[in-house]
Amino acid sequence: MSSVNTSVRKKDAVALVTGKPVYTGDIAPKDCLIVKLLRSPHAHAEILSIDPSKAEKLPGVVCVLTHKDMPHTRFTLAGQTFPEPSPYDRLILENRVRFVGDPVAIVAAEREEIAQKALKLIRVHYKPLPFNLDPEKALDNPAVVHPEADWKGEAWIQGDPSRNLCASGHEEYGDMAAAEARCAHVVERVYHTLSNQQAMTEPFTAFCQMDCFGRLNVVSSTQIPFHVRRILARALEIPAARIRVSKPRIGGGFGAKQTAVMEMYPAVVTLKTGRPAKLTFTRHECQTCSSPRHEMVIRVRLGADASGVIRFVEMHTLSNTGAFGEHGPTTVGLSGEKSISLYRHLDAFRFDFHVVYTNTMSAGAYRGYGAPQGLFALESAVDELASLLGMDPMALRLANITQEGAFMPSYNHGSTNTSCALDACIRRAAELFAWKDKPSRRVLPNGHIRGKGMALAMQGSGIAGIDVANATVKLDENGYINLMIGATDMGTGCDTILSQIAADCLGVDVECVYVSPVDTDFSPYDCGSYASSTTYVTGMAVVRACQALLTKIQDAGAHMLGCPAQRAVLEGGRVSDDETGKSVSLEEIGKAGAGGALYDLQATGSRMSEISPPPFMAGMAEVDIDPETGEITVPQYVAAVDCGTVINPMLARVQVEGGIVQGIGMALTENVSYAPNGSVRSNSFLQYKIPTRMDVGEIQVAFESSYEQEGPFGAKSIGEIVISTPAPAIANAVFAATGLRFCRLPIRPCDIAMGILQDARK
Amino acid sequence: MNITIHLNGQTLERNILPGTTLFDFLRNEGCMSVKCGCDTANCGLCTVLLEGKSVLSCSVLAARANGKHVRTLEGLQQEAEEFGAYLAGEGGDQCGFCNPGFIMNVIAMCGELKNPTEADVKTYLAGNLCRCTGFASQTRAILRYLKDKEAQRDVQR
Repeated sequence: MSSVNTSVRKKDAVALVTGKPVYTGDIAPKDCLIVKLLRSPHAHAEILSIDPSKAEKLPGVVCVLTHKDMPHTRFTLAGQTFPEPSPYDRLILENRVRFVGDPVAIVAAEREEIAQKALKLIRVHYKPLPFNLDPEKALDNPAVVHPEADWKGEAWIQGDPSRNLCASGHEEYGDMAAAEARCAHVVERVYHTLSNQQAMTEPFTAFCQMDCFGRLNVVSSTQIPFHVRRILARALEIPAARIRVSKPRIGGGFGAKQTAVMEMYPAVVTLKTGRPAKLTFTRHECQTCSSPRHEMVIRVRLGADASGVIRFVEMHTLSNTGAFGEHGPTTVGLSGEKSISLYRHLDAFRFDFHVVYTNTMSAGAYRGYGAPQGLFALESAVDELASLLGMDPMALRLANITQEGAFMPSYNHGSTNTSCALDACIRRAAELFAWKDKPSRRVLPNGHIRGKGMALAMQGSGIAGIDVANATVKLDENGYINLMIGATDMGTGCDTILSQIAADCLGVDVECVYVSPVDTDFSPYDCGSYASSTTYVTGMAVVRACQALLTKIQDAGAHMLGCPAQRAVLEGGRVSDDETGKSVSLEEIGKAGAGGALYDLQATGSRMSEISPPPFMAGMAEVDIDPETGEITVPQYVAAVDCGTVINPMLARVQVEGGIVQGIGMALTENVSYAPNGSVRSNSFLQYKIPTRMDVGEIQVAFESSYEQEGPFGAKSIGEIVISTPAPAIANAVFAATGLRFCRLPIRPCDIAMGILQDARK
Repeated sequence: MNITIHLNGQTLERNILPGTTLFDFLRNEGCMSVKCGCDTANCGLCTVLLEGKSVLSCSVLAARANGKHVRTLEGLQQEAEEFGAYLAGEGGDQCGFCNPGFIMNVIAMCGELKNPTEADVKTYLAGNLCRCTGFASQTRAILRYLKDKEAQRDVQR
């Protein structure tokens, strides 16, 4: 009766496919005030005066709030464990706006069209200030984004807002000069990844209301209910005990909702008016005022000796955190850590970074969290190295990759690789892709050029030594198992996966386990669903809770059977006496615990992992290029993943497929672009092109599992790693097909066509 | 203005503002399966059936549906559950937010196309965006569903 490693359907499937009202916007009270935000037309300006009086007089307008009505404690919206590494650099509203779209006033009205009309009646007098959109010009730019005296950041992030520096850092290992002296070939390149939107289909949505205890109840589509409570308490200057946060079904997150982008606006309205208030971002707002991926400019140097052993890697990452520092100091680290650590023969490495403020929207967390940017850079550079060496890119990688038991000096400040099947992933992908049989470049009868490319990726599983998860399980009075978690299922299926783990730990059918949705009042603390933590970290909390409950159930069963506890065994939903064979069912124990006997049939397990075991992945892409137009498609993509034990193969496969397609979007079409005045051009799905089903070729997925001792049933993580291989694999395939090396994403047809033309003219 | 709409088999007489979209009208009537994902008529989340044809309810005025039959997933629960089992059986339900619009269009497609190929399916559903799945599981679900329906028809013959 094992359910781990089987393709169990999602527990919420029927509700989702029949369109039941299960999302935040569906369950908001009908009498909610509608909240709208007046947003800055300037990339940087001081608000000299603001007059809401005309708007306030409009019938149906309940309140218009400006910076004068707001608390003065700076905070961060980043959903991170306290004390947050992200600097406290924002107020709910202030008299300075730092990007086009920065909120200026909050309007609450009885109906949406009234709120819209009121926005137009607010008179604001701005003094435009010099601004900068370019991260490469940010450091020491006279346009200082955060001149305020009360900016506050943890000392270790080494920020200096007077220089537009949000954070900086340096890490080094070994003797770089000596390592370079051993190298016959050195590659040096600068790679540039632009910002991407998570583009989850459900926009940011939250509503708030006061309960009978005078507490602020916040219902939000968020990945981080507990962090939202703490963030709101600081921002609103009220005790956290006065706030309750819950999340219904979430319509996708991908990290976007690991930032408390908008809960504070309806919250402040409800606190001021006492009335329920709701805010749903338009897609325009989701595209222009949200929490997209950090743009990064990454300089890579790496060298290999004549036999193809990679001896050193040097990376410098410049990350654009935008107007605020959410996730700025932490995303950047992954650009180095999750790429350099792939290679095991390094004598030395160096990794430096600057995270800078610009007058663009604040960046945030997006699947991969800095790793996709770093992997695009390093995995492109490794391919260049292979071509310098005259080696097959796969052979070069196989000779250099990390392996189980290897020391990884660049990983988590130096740690051992505890589980790794990366070599098997590469071989499996190569077999499915027919890597050896496919030429690097071939021309089809229709004139199109085909090329092949590959890339590797790694990620983490939770944040080592920091993030904490708890799980509570109880045997209810009817013999069913109630699983209570604080991890937030955002569609990925963690409610189901964690139920599978609980079911196997207790030896019951997965149908006997039901999950309670996250509510900060009732759920055990969990930092939330991010950093690839849910299966690995929360999963282990579930294992521990179940182990504790198992003992309690067996003790209760033994008591009922009148046998010593060590003879009682729980199996198949019954506790049996080993010797006599007599047994009682879970239902009987649960019922006894509810009347007639004093059994404690509830247990909580806690988990914080001191390590963050990386999942690994190999991706191989074939591209098809029309040399006349530069039009590019990806007819075939093969991926093999080592995520440890696969808890639910069906859901894991869909994670991989979905991540690859997002990665293809990042590689070919997706780009948050700005007009010279700082307004976002890619402000809808018409300009910001996520892949459609017409853009997707054949995707093959395979799993090669290592066994991670620290993970539940040997599992690691899957959610983030899957987005990282397409960009470098496709860039490498484009190089194989055309000889053109693209160091900037996305790789657009016009650039390919122009590159081919310029090559022909040479 | 006054309009009459036959919604999921019920006849509604309502007084609306002339500019009301069918989307807002339906949400207001409690059809929460109808979702808004883009504001620019290119995500497919708000798909409903107007006189049996799939339309984007965000781009149709409620007044245009005056005197007509409108169906949302609330009125097609059995069909939704039937195909939904295939979708969930491939893990293609995921976050679920695009499911109703997508399933509406699958139902419309099944009524419109006879023996569609995989390419026909992709073309028909091109306007239904999904950010979670990468579409492959949705395609697998549809092809299996169509195959099983075909087999059922063969048995009935």
